[in-house]
Amino acid sequence: MPSVCFYFQVHQPLRLRHYTVFDSTDKYFDDYKNGFICRKVANKCYLPANRLLLDIIRRFEGRFRIAYSITGVLLEQFERYSPEVMSTFDALAETGCVEFLAETYYHSLSFLYSRDEFIEQIHKHIEAISVFGQKPRVFRNTELIYNNDLAALIESMGIFDAIIAEGADHILGLRSPNFLYRPKGCNKLKLLLKNYSLSDDIAFRFSNRDWQEWPLTAEKFARWISNVNGNGNVVNLFMDYETFGEHQWEDTGIFNFMRHLPEEVLKHPDNDFKTPSEVVECYEAIDTVDVPHIISWADTERDISAWLGNAMQSNAVHELYRLEKEIKKTNDEKIIADWRRLQASDHFYYMCTKYFADGDVHKYFNPYDSPYDSYINFMNVLDNLQSRCAKEVSRGAFHPIPKSAATRDFFGAGSQNKNPPNLQTVN
Amino acid sequence: MGLNQEGGYIRIFMLGWEFPPFISGGLGTACYGLTRAMDQLGMKVTFVLPKMVGSKYSTHVKLLSPSSRSFSGSYKIAGLKNVKFHTIESPLQPYTTPDVFQQRVEETLRQKREMYGGSVSAASQLIGEIDYHSDMCAEVGRYAVIAAQLAENEQFDIVHAHDWMTYPAGIAVATMSGKPLVVHVHSTEFDRSGEHVNQMIYDIEREGMHRADKVIAVSHFTRSIIISRYGVSGEKVEVVYNGVEHNSNWSLTETSIGKDEKIVLFLGRITMQKGPEYFLHAAKKVLEVMDNVKFVMAGSGDLMHRSIEMAAELGIGHKVLFTGFLRGEDVQKIYKMADLYVMPSVSEPFGIAPLEALNNDVPVIISKQSGVSEVLTHVLKVDFWDVNEIANKVVAVLKYPPLQLTLRSHGNFEARKLRWRDSAQKCAKVYKEMLVSV
Repeated sequence: MPSVCFYFQVHQPLRLRHYTVFDSTDKYFDDYKNGFICRKVANKCYLPANRLLLDIIRRFEGRFRIAYSITGVLLEQFERYSPEVMSTFDALAETGCVEFLAETYYHSLSFLYSRDEFIEQIHKHIEAISVFGQKPRVFRNTELIYNNDLAALIESMGIFDAIIAEGADHILGLRSPNFLYRPKGCNKLKLLLKNYSLSDDIAFRFSNRDWQEWPLTAEKFARWISNVNGNGNVVNLFMDYETFGEHQWEDTGIFNFMRHLPEEVLKHPDNDFKTPSEVVECYEAIDTVDVPHIISWADTERDISAWLGNAMQSNAVHELYRLEKEIKKTNDEKIIADWRRLQASDHFYYMCTKYFADGDVHKYFNPYDSPYDSYINFMNVLDNLQSRCAKEVSRGAFHPIPKSAATRDFFGAGSQNKNPPNLQTVN
Repeated sequence: MGLNQEGGYIRIFMLGWEFPPFISGGLGTACYGLTRAMDQLGMKVTFVLPKMVGSKYSTHVKLLSPSSRSFSGSYKIAGLKNVKFHTIESPLQPYTTPDVFQQRVEETLRQKREMYGGSVSAASQLIGEIDYHSDMCAEVGRYAVIAAQLAENEQFDIVHAHDWMTYPAGIAVATMSGKPLVVHVHSTEFDRSGEHVNQMIYDIEREGMHRADKVIAVSHFTRSIIISRYGVSGEKVEVVYNGVEHNSNWSLTETSIGKDEKIVLFLGRITMQKGPEYFLHAAKKVLEVMDNVKFVMAGSGDLMHRSIEMAAELGIGHKVLFTGFLRGEDVQKIYKMADLYVMPSVSEPFGIAPLEALNNDVPVIISKQSGVSEVLTHVLKVDFWDVNEIANKVVAVLKYPPLQLTLRSHGNFEARKLRWRDSAQKCAKVYKEMLVSV
């Protein structure tokens, strides 16, 4: 009796404008490009997909259920560039068959660099999601970045029942992702693991003509789901929402596939659809999963090397979080918002040199010609933000600004040391 | 590899340029790299090159079997067992323009005069004897005649000519021998002169490309110029990228130059084609936001004096150093000192120098208007005219060590993948196709 649990990630970053060392404006983002892309993706994906899913939900009168995680930065863009998308999400929320998950508002890597900032961003996101009349009970971290510490932190917040992660082989061993688990060190929190094989059949392989299962029909896919019967409670199909119409274009038949999938799945009397919270309520954790090292849903490595794999990435992210105290000291809403928008993981993804020469999926999502251009642009912006921040702090405060430039540590190793030992003078 | 239709090794009659130790630019480097790789693949090369009369470097060459013929000499170079060299006495040199040519002939005559005691009669006798044509076009023709005579005593399957000054010779040799002709385009008149082309040179280039059975271009960038500006059919033009020599054994002692200042390097001929003025304008912009940086222009050329003046006019004269033409170990030294190499070429058919810079662990900024930008990804690319962006990128490399580090490590790895061996194999493939179709 497998339940099918769909969760769609909905996110678009705020792309930076071309910003050279000679620029000094505090407008960092490319409004034209962001508006253009937001409207384009809305027309190709969000609007048609929302209408389709709304239609299916109504047709099956509550038996088809799904979940979304929409980032705060995208909600802001919807409001600004394509408010009609918001109204379709509202309509979906009103059906009662759609659950909204919590994540960091800014799609950030803050869990890895600042716990305070991380928790603040989750609360900000929960507040944003309240427009749908829901209080999220399930948490998903940016790019499904996960480890034991994250689970412990999320449990300690006391507002979540479950957390979502990648069902990576190396954490499960021979176990199946089609059950609920308990993160090591947690007492109550449950863990939903992505069935990456079936998820990627839709998200990545659907239109691949070299794939031996091509073309993938709803009937065939429903059969694979029914095969889980007897060896699993839930099939977690987690993917980017842009799979529909953007990653897989409409002419691949992706919308048609989705249109017919619910009826094919429900043909088998044991199958049903559940949202993550319903799954958590319905099934018990069968075992503990130990994830001491950080995992994610990216690339074949399922690690964080796509965002932090080279010296530029690690330098940029460390420099960014090193500013946290100064930025917050300004109490300047605009400065704080800009700093947070720079935290979107996408900025670091653009700097990835892995596979760069091969021109693969990384390139498709990259607005820059090269990872180097992206790093240069980011650092120029960060430099300007830092000088704005310094100006603001010196205006408001009497204590001198720490000489950050002099103590700059390019690889950021030193910045993790939050309590440097006092230097004692030797007499 | 290297087999011709009779089952023997392909024998190439190659009309090339410069061999170490006196290489003045990319053309010589390419001829050497390609020929050496062909030698290693077992291809037999008869390499014909012009030799300056009275050149002070001529004694550096190891002459294993000097010929007694008055207009040419032949010899072998140790280490290249399949290559036979023939030199033809001629004032032709790579990158020669008609003006420079005239000066060079006069200089040679002056030297001869000094050599022979300055006697007027001896000098005039000498002129009569050597009979140089003061006109470059005629010299190119004379070179072709001697090359064709040389070819009579040689066995070969293919004629391969490098750049326009050898095309007439290539045509002559191919016509007399009935063997197929390949012309190898390392640069065109449009790269060197922009829109102000020299009609005589253009005509020679055009004729060479049209008479050739195959044209080899050093990049797609150049291939498209050959097709669009010379009217050559696309199926006749193949792209063979250049490679880079890996001189990892260079063990130079660290230079003692203090490094509290960053060094940005321009290395190449200082000519219109290489965009020296964009380098200087970018330097000016960089100096607006950074102080501890010096700009080094290594090379010589017809715009060198103009560039020195321009640096002064821009008020950055004290920050720009001109080294003049560098060779051998000095090139390695300057790379060792440099933090960044910039190639702002207006039109660069390939651009071997950035590969050498990467090979020496120097990150590079290259113009998008270059052939080498087709093969390199771990470099910074700019439009040559966008001085703002050049300056932006220069500042970033100097300011952010992680950028320099990442560019250096990935770039060096990428440059290593461009090997002359692959270029030579690609040439062999072109030869074979021609030999089969003959």
